Amino acid sequence: MQKLVNHTGVLENSWTLVEEAQAELPSGNILVPAPYWLANKEALAERGNVGIWLASDIELAPYLSLITDLPVIAINFPAFANGRGYSLARLVKERSDFKGELRAFGDVLLDQLFFMKRCGFDTYLLKDGLSEQKALDFFATFSDPYQLANDLTDPLFRRKHTAA
Amino acid sequence: MYKYDDYDQRIVDERVAQFKGQTERYLAGELSEEQFLPLRLQNGLYVQRYAPMLRVAVPYGLMSSQQVRKLAHIARTYDKGYAHISTRTNVQFNWPELADVPAILAELAEVQMHAIQTSGNCIRNTTTDQFAGVVPDELVDPRPYCEIIRQWSTFHPEFAFLPRKFKIAVNSHTKEDRVATLLHDIGLKIVHNQAGELGFQVYVGGGLGRTPIVASLVKEFLAEKDLLTYLDAVLRVYNLNGRRDNKYKARIKILVKALGVEAFAKLVDEEWQHLKDGPGTLTSEELERIKSHFTSPTYENFSGDDSALQVQMANNKAFSNWYERNISQHKVSGYAIVTLTLKKIGTPPGDLTDKQLDIVADLADRYSLGEVRSTHEQNLVLADVKKSELFDLWQEAKNAGFATPNLGMITDMICCPGGDFCALANAKSLPVAEALQEKFDNLDYLYDLGEIDLNISGCMNACGHHHIGHIGILGVDKKGAEYYQVSLGGQSGPDASIGKILGPSFARDEMPNIIGKILAVFVELRIEGERFIDTYGRIGQSPFKERVYAKAS
Repeated sequence: MQKLVNHTGVLENSWTLVEEAQAELPSGNILVPAPYWLANKEALAERGNVGIWLASDIELAPYLSLITDLPVIAINFPAFANGRGYSLARLVKERSDFKGELRAFGDVLLDQLFFMKRCGFDTYLLKDGLSEQKALDFFATFSDPYQLANDLTDPLFRRKHTAA
Repeated sequence: MYKYDDYDQRIVDERVAQFKGQTERYLAGELSEEQFLPLRLQNGLYVQRYAPMLRVAVPYGLMSSQQVRKLAHIARTYDKGYAHISTRTNVQFNWPELADVPAILAELAEVQMHAIQTSGNCIRNTTTDQFAGVVPDELVDPRPYCEIIRQWSTFHPEFAFLPRKFKIAVNSHTKEDRVATLLHDIGLKIVHNQAGELGFQVYVGGGLGRTPIVASLVKEFLAEKDLLTYLDAVLRVYNLNGRRDNKYKARIKILVKALGVEAFAKLVDEEWQHLKDGPGTLTSEELERIKSHFTSPTYENFSGDDSALQVQMANNKAFSNWYERNISQHKVSGYAIVTLTLKKIGTPPGDLTDKQLDIVADLADRYSLGEVRSTHEQNLVLADVKKSELFDLWQEAKNAGFATPNLGMITDMICCPGGDFCALANAKSLPVAEALQEKFDNLDYLYDLGEIDLNISGCMNACGHHHIGHIGILGVDKKGAEYYQVSLGGQSGPDASIGKILGPSFARDEMPNIIGKILAVFVELRIEGERFIDTYGRIGQSPFKERVYAKAS
């Protein structure tokens, strides 16, 4: 079973991923494909408990102004070596008013968790079989990275200055 | 040169620990071959024909003698006693054991070295002029910007898994271009704007490989402080829009061509508006801090009287040949820039042994302020040699095999490791290089030919830069047999251009003769003072083609 973690521990996964939206949606919290949500926004708002998931090749621009109140957005990594999701994450977090949970799913492995965290992800649905306990060690691979990113508003050359 | 502070050192130390863990998990079966692949690549580790190949980063080609000694030690201890200078000014070891790599990295970290991002689909080692800081007619020293880019690109979280590899070059020379700036994903040319402010002309989308393209100008002037926010914008546009469906169409050059330069530049500019003047903007403190690592040493005052040198040259033809070919002018009178050529006949271009590495470190300490530079033409440079000591240095360099007086000549060729070592190659490249070096070993003939760049790649990934050789040679596979395609007219300087294929390819044993015919046409048709590339530019390809493909009568 796939484990869900955040930066400090293991979580219960209460969101069901709807890979392809059918007429009959499952009950409870669901993550629907972003284009389906865009086309059925009103109906889905009425249903409630709806988040969206973004395919890695999605064109993000039409969504940025609309996602403010969503509880969860999940970004798919179809292959861990496909790094488009890192830029998508930063745009979702830094160019919209979205305040909810940003989740990574798909080919989510341990060695990429540090980069994902830096780009703004909050939770990670680990690829099947990966140890959630081990995963927690991978968020702190580097203690003081050079760049600013979603987790650090200043690059090292400014942080150093403040620290001194 | 740049010295790590505690932050830099910690990042490299943490990398050693990280890669040690990755290697252990791979060897224990916890990471699959496929999962380990990009991790080891981002650490410069390829699995080659016979053994892994480890590529150690030499940021912008600059090394201390202490670092060179460490490389010698690694070659001796973990390899078969030699190392190879790559066309990205890095150092490669061809025979390490995978299980030893963490230990090698730990040793490198002791001397502020690493193998971070020397391969993989990420931002690679930034290159610059091998004569940076010591050559006349340079606007400013480009190396501080290379170091700033190195730090920014090291483990950049957003750009660790790009569509394809990404290479940046910086040139600051007002007349020459020794970096092939326009053949990089991003080429930065340091300029002054009309107000006299320092900044960059930004070229994007150059590259070699299957689709060689000269980069296009996307930003006429970028202020110094905006360097990193603009790079972030270019990389983000590429990461979001670059193709991931076909690795041969994945470089940024394909995106720039597909969108058109203007549309591409507009996308970058729109993205940049969000980042510009944000916290990523370089501070004057940081610029000063980095620049302070690259200040000029205290040079001695020399009167400019080099009559002793003139006598040494007059008395020794071999020394004067070397002086004429392998010495470049230094910005300070009484000093010289020396290129130690690694193109001795019978040695693969760019190879040197552990003993030679130790000797280079020694020569650097005694003659050149303890620093060595590697060049993309696979040679080494001692950048601060007193002219009065050149004769002594020459004798020592000659004994060690570094003083073949052929810099810039046809035998000073660029050559990839080819099918002898590389798993990607279609054909061997080293035997061709060696056959050509043997055929053209007469120095008088070489000097008469003058400057010719001859570059050899064993496959169309173009690691040997064959597209930008005045004469380019590409290994191709023809129904299982190794053949070689010749192109003419490429060049990498300010007028960068891609060579044009001459015609059908040739078998390996024909190659020395074919090149001989091409040179014969040049010698017959050149006008006094013309270089090969000038003659080619004037007369075009036909005369060469006719001679090479003429039916035997």
